[in-house]
Amino acid sequence: MGGAWFDYTVNGFVIGNIYALLAVGLALIYGVANLVNFAHGSVYVVGAYVGWAAITYLGTPLPVTLLCVVVVSALVGVGIERIGLRPLHGSSRIAPLLATIGIALVLDQVVQLLFTPDPRAVPMQVPEWRIAIGGGTVGALDLLIAGIGLISAVVLYGFLRFTKLGWAVRATAQDSDAAQQMGVDVNRVNMAVFAIASALSGVSGVLVGMYYNQISTAMSFEATLKGIVALIIGGLGNVPGAIAGSLILGLTESYGIALFGTSYRNLFAFVLLIAMLVWRPNGLFAARRSLPPEPMTGTFIARSRPVVVPRWAVVAVIALAALLPLAGQPYVLQIGANSLMYAMLALSLTLVAGTVGQVSLGHAALLAIGGYASGLLAMDAGWPVALSIPMAGLVTAALGTLLVFPAFRLTGHYVSIATLGIGEIVALVILNWTGLTRGAIGLGGIPPLEVFGLDLGSVEGTYWLCLAVLVLLALLQLRLLRSHLGRTWRAIRDDPVAARSYGVSGDRYKALAFGFGGFAAGISGAITAHAYSYINHETFGASISILALTMVILGGLGNVLGAVLGATLLIALPEAFRFLAEYRILIYGIVLLLLIRFRPQGLMGTV
Amino acid sequence: MAPVLEIRRLQKRFGGVAAVADAALDLQQGELLSIIGPNGAGKTTLFNLVSGLDRPDAGSVRLFGQEVTGAAAERLAGLGLARTFQHGRVFGNLSVLDNVLVGAHARLRAVRPSVPVLGPLLELGLAAIRPRAVRAEEAALREDALRIIALFGERLMPRLDHPAFSLSYANRRRVEIARALALHPRLLLLDEPTAGMNETETAEMQEVVAGLKRSGLTILLIEHKLEMVMRLSDRVIVMDNGRRIAEGLPQAVRHDPAVIEAYLGHREAGRAREPAQGTVP
Repeated sequence: MGGAWFDYTVNGFVIGNIYALLAVGLALIYGVANLVNFAHGSVYVVGAYVGWAAITYLGTPLPVTLLCVVVVSALVGVGIERIGLRPLHGSSRIAPLLATIGIALVLDQVVQLLFTPDPRAVPMQVPEWRIAIGGGTVGALDLLIAGIGLISAVVLYGFLRFTKLGWAVRATAQDSDAAQQMGVDVNRVNMAVFAIASALSGVSGVLVGMYYNQISTAMSFEATLKGIVALIIGGLGNVPGAIAGSLILGLTESYGIALFGTSYRNLFAFVLLIAMLVWRPNGLFAARRSLPPEPMTGTFIARSRPVVVPRWAVVAVIALAALLPLAGQPYVLQIGANSLMYAMLALSLTLVAGTVGQVSLGHAALLAIGGYASGLLAMDAGWPVALSIPMAGLVTAALGTLLVFPAFRLTGHYVSIATLGIGEIVALVILNWTGLTRGAIGLGGIPPLEVFGLDLGSVEGTYWLCLAVLVLLALLQLRLLRSHLGRTWRAIRDDPVAARSYGVSGDRYKALAFGFGGFAAGISGAITAHAYSYINHETFGASISILALTMVILGGLGNVLGAVLGATLLIALPEAFRFLAEYRILIYGIVLLLLIRFRPQGLMGTV
Repeated sequence: MAPVLEIRRLQKRFGGVAAVADAALDLQQGELLSIIGPNGAGKTTLFNLVSGLDRPDAGSVRLFGQEVTGAAAERLAGLGLARTFQHGRVFGNLSVLDNVLVGAHARLRAVRPSVPVLGPLLELGLAAIRPRAVRAEEAALREDALRIIALFGERLMPRLDHPAFSLSYANRRRVEIARALALHPRLLLLDEPTAGMNETETAEMQEVVAGLKRSGLTILLIEHKLEMVMRLSDRVIVMDNGRRIAEGLPQAVRHDPAVIEAYLGHREAGRAREPAQGTVP
């Protein structure tokens, strides 16, 4: 028994070391650029594949493999900084974070197109012996990973402490404006930091490949998340904290697996994340938080004046959309129905992320809650679909608001991280709560759409139902935005501190926004579930959250018509150009990047 | 009658620095009390403690006779406390009119029934349905907001629909004050209302504040422009290093050696007495 625990401890330390290689880079980047880099896991995947390619095609020995990984990853990092982020200097605070999401989509897709999504085995380049210690064992690879972790930490410490560039990095981290005044080339510092961080991330990727003897493009998202969890535990921007946080995370996961089994591994990580965000948002090692500095004016979203669309034009478009089924093109209608379901999600997200400024990265979880609620009500409780769908909307409104409630006190990047974590928790609970959700098997045979005997299961029926529901939700949302709630929500977004000083309770109005947004998203998820007849815990994954965010930014944050337009364009256009289907996600990534760079206010303008 | 504001032994430390050490003051109904002092004296921290944006480490604050030490900003706004911010905190993407309407948020009654638990849901429903009472309340608030904005005449009236980010710096400060007045405050905290304004704009602002005082509003003012302080204040408190170093009538405070020393440093104290007739200490 003692031996097993020893093994779990060793395993925890090894995984912790791998996380540390990720988290240290994230901490450095946060330090100098004030940015949580969501592309970090993508560089890790690039590293893993470069290592695999070097060994497979060139037959490189271990040191050369690592050198290749370091060089290519560092170059990717430099590219991210130079092409993706530097041009965004001076734009709204959320822009660089969204850009890193776009970069992640692009990098992941490029790797996937080059190497196919199939997992690959990384040839072991380390001897297979293991030393027995006190009943457990330690392998050569364990020692190598620990060694690389330790050496990296020492080299990094030396670099930051004793080299001129290292001083510049620390100066920039403390106060980038002051550093620039004193002659520090901040751009060079940023580039150096991205190179170092990316090199460490790439090395981490290839080591993980060897450790689990498998790599795939799907590892990227999880690596980013784990790095961020470790970073939050240690405190954003705190390099030694990131190392400690990584080891804590690695050990927690390893012991968690020992006690509860593998499928709970990520649940532990994300629950730890949310607990940290709620109780110690500045990390285990930070002093207490203080009041945020007074901004000149709201700097959250791009300033713009929304495009004014005359009412008759909107009515005409709705009428045309309602007549579309008469054209007799089932395939077009199918896409139309899909766009409309996404438009409901976008409506919800544009309220939460645009109007209230809570950029949610886990919004697809609301679809999942709505889909499961309606599916289970119809299947297990025998509710008619016409009642189970609105009920699912209410359930999602309540549950979604309760789940995000702990994150209401957070602002900016923290909200995005928290909602991402909450979204993952929802997916993991659906997977593990087998008694209610049927776990990995998913919900099959969900009854088709019908309203009190009127069968809407046909393509036309689904389309018309979606259109009617969307128009109703959009009108309701517009009406709320024109009431006192509209200005109150936007006031919270622009300056939460000033809003509080005028009696606006952030919790109350965020809850109302998440409640109404949850209702719309829940309805969307429920309709989707009945239209597809089958859903599982992966149907509404993180990629849908990111897609919804892209739609909302394309339309203009907070803009109701923009959300519908964004959803329609992003769903319909790739279908219109079928030969692009393979590059769909790549296109989403590029669209996101171009928007952030050249039209942050979106097509219709932010509201 | 209890003082409008009563502060006793208030303390706030940031790390090792005592930003406010042992502050005390009484503010009577209808009085205009100015707080002056060099940068870093703790004036704005004191405002943050009084307005509920920061919690004091020790001491007590009583507002309108109620104990409110450490109370949340939302609650204090409900009691009738309004404030402006040193560097301006308008809602950048909201129009001038909407900024001022948010100021009236604490006065919303019809659309925000004070029902426990279900209150927020009722608010959502009322905002969507908008019964007659809600429409009437909104119309009344709008009229009131326009009346307040009209205090600033041609500066703001032509810009009702402009987003606040498009305004000049001085106009943003005006919007902030209009927003504060929309709360119908019983106590108004003004944090450097003329910061960054030129002479004409400062004179205009001084007129506005004088008008508010005439209307009977109780005001706590932080201001660096001493001429304005001397003209408007009933009393002046001088702070330095988080402490009150002098208090009294404007003219008495102006000639207090401790004040001159705090502003100009030790060696200048003797020399500064002669030009003390001027507008700058």
